[in-house]
Amino acid sequence: MVEALQLEFMRNALAAGILASLVCGVIGTLVVVNRIVFLAGGIAHAAYGGIGLAFFMGWPYVAGTTGFSLLAAGVMAVVTLKAKHRADAVIGVIWAVGMAAGVILLDLTPGYNVDLMSYLFGSILAVPVSDLWQMGVVSAGVIAIVTWYYNDFLAMSYDDEFARLRNVPVTFLYCLLLGMIAVAVVMIIRVVGLILVIALLTIPPFIAEKFTGSLRAMMVISSVLSCLFTLTGLWLSYLLNLTSGATIILVAAGGFLLSAVWGRLKTMGRPDPIQEAPNSK
Amino acid sequence: MAEIIIDVSGVWFSFNGQPVLQDVDLKVERGDFLVVIGPNGGGKTTLLKLMLGLLEPGRGAVRVFGRPPRKAAHRIGYVPQNVHINKTFPVSVIDVVLMGRLRTGRGWSGHSRQDRLAARAVLEQLGVWALHDRRIGDLSGGQLQRVFIARALVSKPEVLFLDEAMASIDTQSRSDFYEVLSELNRTVTIVAVSHDMMILSSHVKSVACVNRDLHYHGSGEITQEMLDAAYRCPVDLVAHGVPHRVLCRHEDSQDG
Repeated sequence: MVEALQLEFMRNALAAGILASLVCGVIGTLVVVNRIVFLAGGIAHAAYGGIGLAFFMGWPYVAGTTGFSLLAAGVMAVVTLKAKHRADAVIGVIWAVGMAAGVILLDLTPGYNVDLMSYLFGSILAVPVSDLWQMGVVSAGVIAIVTWYYNDFLAMSYDDEFARLRNVPVTFLYCLLLGMIAVAVVMIIRVVGLILVIALLTIPPFIAEKFTGSLRAMMVISSVLSCLFTLTGLWLSYLLNLTSGATIILVAAGGFLLSAVWGRLKTMGRPDPIQEAPNSK
Repeated sequence: MAEIIIDVSGVWFSFNGQPVLQDVDLKVERGDFLVVIGPNGGGKTTLLKLMLGLLEPGRGAVRVFGRPPRKAAHRIGYVPQNVHINKTFPVSVIDVVLMGRLRTGRGWSGHSRQDRLAARAVLEQLGVWALHDRRIGDLSGGQLQRVFIARALVSKPEVLFLDEAMASIDTQSRSDFYEVLSELNRTVTIVAVSHDMMILSSHVKSVACVNRDLHYHGSGEITQEMLDAAYRCPVDLVAHGVPHRVLCRHEDSQDG
């Protein structure tokens, strides 16, 4: 690993993995506790339509794809707020249409053949420094927003009806969250691919949830776990000459399996939840 | 005559074209302990959500402290029906209670020292301060109920709404719970929705029966006649061990 770090592309890959882990830990925690994993997956896949559009129109990747993802997120926000009971079906439609549109638009783009796999699993070993700067800005922005609204996000995620009664701007926060997902996903797709985005958004927070007593701790632990999985996966892919994105996902899945087994063993040896407080009447 | 703090007048509400409430009038005085009973689907929770401002009436008006309910939100406390919602959520008891101190939601969302002191005071008052750093999923139904009441009380509301407060707790905790409510009622107006007749203990000061229309009684007793009117079918009147009181007839028509 030490000699690998002599290589610039490897150092960039490490930095990209850490930045993606930070964003995914924070956003993924909110995605998991708000039970919008499917919606986040929908935004990530619909972003593929944005990639196709950006190449077809000759727009810069970031502008075209971010715009398209924000549009998809906006449609999903409206649908999930207005017609909750059919939201999952509509998300499924946007998911599929976004991907199909992306493939067709790339077909129609003259003289340009984009490798679909590189957007599904990313190309973390080919991250230019300019992308790192963009990811740094997005990470800083996401962390600042979530810190500022932390207690509002907590109240919305735990009990949105009560949050509304306390005049917490739940609708605004929900749209803000979907917007952050869209921007983060676009930024990270190019680096780690949309499948890895979803894996990093869900697996670490899902593990962390079982071992933490607060949303803040869940975000920190998720980020640390993400880093651990990403770096271990990178190292293994370098050693064994495997596709890095897929290796990272399998490492994360292994971690998930271990945590599930450990959690099961832990609850087996534990007494039932306490029944009454020592000083309650 | 005490001040009227909740005024529901001529309220109609429909859901998907089905009338849920028809021409409902209700006035709640300061210091009251009102229990709203009625069959499932009779509109109890709808009436509560109208009074909270979570729903808007189709016709008629709801005023709380003389203003639309949402404008009076800072003077209202609310304990929801299902306290077991999101039990696996990673949040501690004190953080749940602090949600009751969130202000307008604009700007920095952090909690001040006063917020923490208020949360501690209300948890101590309800006898659950020892649990303040426990995760919410580790609590029993009765303890959760107290935590949710603490969350509602931490903003020092003048009126407390409870939706099916008995549904989440076991029988053993219930008598304790009545004592807690009765104690609170010395300073706070209480409006409780319940399908459980047991809440009509001696602490209750007035009763409203809701089944699309509303029958009000300014006394903590219910009669067979009220139940029949509300449920539109014979219902056994549960004995409460409270001396029977002579009741006057309902003022509103009973033709439903």
